Amino acid sequence: MSQEIGSKIREILAEHGRLAKDISTLDDNADLYQAGMTSHASVNLMLALEGAFDIEFPDSMLRRSVFESVASMRAVVETLTAGR
Amino acid sequence: MAEAKMNVVVGIDLVQISQVASSLHRLADAYVNRIFTAAEIAYCSTNPIVAPSRYAARFAAKEAALKALRLDDQGLDLRTIEVKQMPGGWSELELHGAARELADAAGWVGCSLSISHEGDYATAVVAATVQTPTR
Repeated sequence: MSQEIGSKIREILAEHGRLAKDISTLDDNADLYQAGMTSHASVNLMLALEGAFDIEFPDSMLRRSVFESVASMRAVVETLTAGR
Repeated sequence: MAEAKMNVVVGIDLVQISQVASSLHRLADAYVNRIFTAAEIAYCSTNPIVAPSRYAARFAAKEAALKALRLDDQGLDLRTIEVKQMPGGWSELELHGAARELADAAGWVGCSLSISHEGDYATAVVAATVQTPTR
């Protein structure tokens, strides 16, 4: 499940992240802001994640650090989809 | 009697209008409803031709305000930072809820906003007057 979530996040990043680097060259802990992701792109990413996983990020999770890496986003998605 | 020290904090942001146009096309209502207030949407959507630049300038204003608030990885709903269009043509910033509380806690006693757009870019600057007590 965790791997599936990570793969889906990578697909969404490829479409919405507007990274300066190919997402396939970055590991799960790579800093996406350092890879060129803007604040506007991170909001697009958040909305795409909500649509893909049928979740809603609470205000407390609309933090820069949540969208910093594949690993940090996966952790939050796992939390928000737990028990399904 | 405690004296107060006045300071100014500034935040600035730059947004690519074509990226906002792309988001409006791809994410539609989910995009506008999650980022902008009803009043902002009403103003921006009156003219479809300039809607992307208006939304982009407002997004830049919200990000500029976040920078001026000097948040330390604190989550905040962007709709709590609202750009008000004034009849004279300029814009002002109005903070609500958590954003208002954060500004109060930071000592904001006033703020000023300036937005602009040209070509494919929109920009915004927020300058806040901050009052901090001194001994």
